[in-house]
Amino acid sequence: MKNWSDIEYTKQRVISNVKIAPGSHIIKFHRNNPFIAGQVLALGVNTEIEPRLYSIASAETDDLITILYSEREEGSLTPMLSLLKAGDTLLVSKPFGTFTKVKDNAVFVAAGTGIAPFMSMLQSNKVNHATVIHGAPYPDFFYFSDYLQSTLGERYIQCCSRCLPGCLYVGRVTKFLKEWDSLDTNKNYYLCGSAEMVVETRDILISRGVSVTNINSEIYF
Amino acid sequence: MSLIPLYGKTLSELTEIVVAEGLLKYTAAQITDWLYHKDVDSIDQMTNLSKKVREQLSVKYTIGLIAPEQVSESADGTKKYLFPTGINKFVEAAYIPETDRATLCVSSQAGCKMGCLFCMTGKQGFQGHLTSGEIINQLRSIPEFRNVTNIVYMGMGEPFDNLDNVLKSTEILTSEWGMGWSPKRVTVSSIGLIPALRKFMEQSNCHLAISLHTPFDEERKMLMPIQNVYPIADVVAEIRKTFKGGQRRVSFEYIMFDGINDTPKHVKEMTKLLNGLECRVNLIRFHTIPDSPLRGTADAKMLEFRDALTSKGIFTTIRASRGQDIQAACGLLSTKALIERK
Repeated sequence: MKNWSDIEYTKQRVISNVKIAPGSHIIKFHRNNPFIAGQVLALGVNTEIEPRLYSIASAETDDLITILYSEREEGSLTPMLSLLKAGDTLLVSKPFGTFTKVKDNAVFVAAGTGIAPFMSMLQSNKVNHATVIHGAPYPDFFYFSDYLQSTLGERYIQCCSRCLPGCLYVGRVTKFLKEWDSLDTNKNYYLCGSAEMVVETRDILISRGVSVTNINSEIYF
Repeated sequence: MSLIPLYGKTLSELTEIVVAEGLLKYTAAQITDWLYHKDVDSIDQMTNLSKKVREQLSVKYTIGLIAPEQVSESADGTKKYLFPTGINKFVEAAYIPETDRATLCVSSQAGCKMGCLFCMTGKQGFQGHLTSGEIINQLRSIPEFRNVTNIVYMGMGEPFDNLDNVLKSTEILTSEWGMGWSPKRVTVSSIGLIPALRKFMEQSNCHLAISLHTPFDEERKMLMPIQNVYPIADVVAEIRKTFKGGQRRVSFEYIMFDGINDTPKHVKEMTKLLNGLECRVNLIRFHTIPDSPLRGTADAKMLEFRDALTSKGIFTTIRASRGQDIQAACGLLSTKALIERK
């Protein structure tokens, strides 16, 4: 995504923009197009700054679109995005993308804000008996953990890479997947995160006997 | 203060620089002549600039050429060059001599964000975009610089994810004020990031190569996660809209995986997908990478596949594998081990 002149977009009023953890925010605005859980849209603050793609985290039927994003100090968009207040204008593309087909008993593996498309799928009731394995450096970064805990119970696994030993698994999702006794090679695995995380996770799943046809990935780029 | 490289700057960028320095505008054209026609190594060699101007420029600027740190040579004559591109970042370029031509395969990024299942570069993650200077430096700084007849942007990285720098580099390669190459000698390869594809088709006349690898949605998602965002059907539709024919060539790259994308069903779907589009298909042998579940299709089956596509009216070739013994062949470029060692 390079230029706003390349894409169709509308201007939306920000309903809320809340910091939920250090450098992490949730921005909400009215939904003006239908979407399928798992889709992305491009966001921007003005046409001068390159748009970026974000997965939608809200349910298909919600009136508001929820976007989870991390502020990147070196970035051109997110420092400005984080300053937006209710009533400010946001540029929003139509939703698109096909990371939308999910099978029951799915295992969702996410790092950081990669949890967003899976939140949308779960809240849209697209899947039964899903398991979520979420990786984050510290407890504050387990976004939506209240919902996930109450909805999935033991099928919600938090992998905390920089936590002290305690109630959470200490280590990255990749370490967890290497050690996971209950890994089921017949299930479908859905991965979302950075290229490095997705590639490493995919290699581990394959080495543990999961067929590559049962792995679907969304990479943030 | 570190000096700013002039190599890799376009004429308009150099014009901005000389104007900011209080120099006459035409100085920029003189500098491009020295950089891209006369191939100087230092500002002091730009002898039609006054000594005072050269001294003034040298305070802030340098030519900025970067020599390769290492070269490996294949039994087939292919050479792989390793270039540093910043702190703990490296890229590779492959020089591929043939009887009647010599092709240089350049990188556009250190690492890659796209995570394709069959590619070694994806396994090292993403370390950064290359500047236009770092891209064309891969040509300028190898000893075979003057022998190179063709450039392909098929090394490390996704060129359309760094399109602005790629376009600047192709502008330098193909402009009269630059190296004056024909755009027919330059091929930019992409997995098909649609907004960038649109811009490339508008702003460049260079050849386009699209990594196709399978016409089926679910299969391509398995091989290339980008299919979830920009499906190949949409990529081809965009090419149909923006491709005006003429001198430009559009090709589709197709790595062949045993039992996955080498069946008659694939020929049929490829025929439907590319129907009526003026293009060619390049079949590529898969070079196995560690821990990969994929295996390459046997040569005999590749020939059958080529013939089947040809019989459907799609011009299809099998690309020769080069530099496999030095990990320079298609999909094998990686500097991961080097990053880890440093």
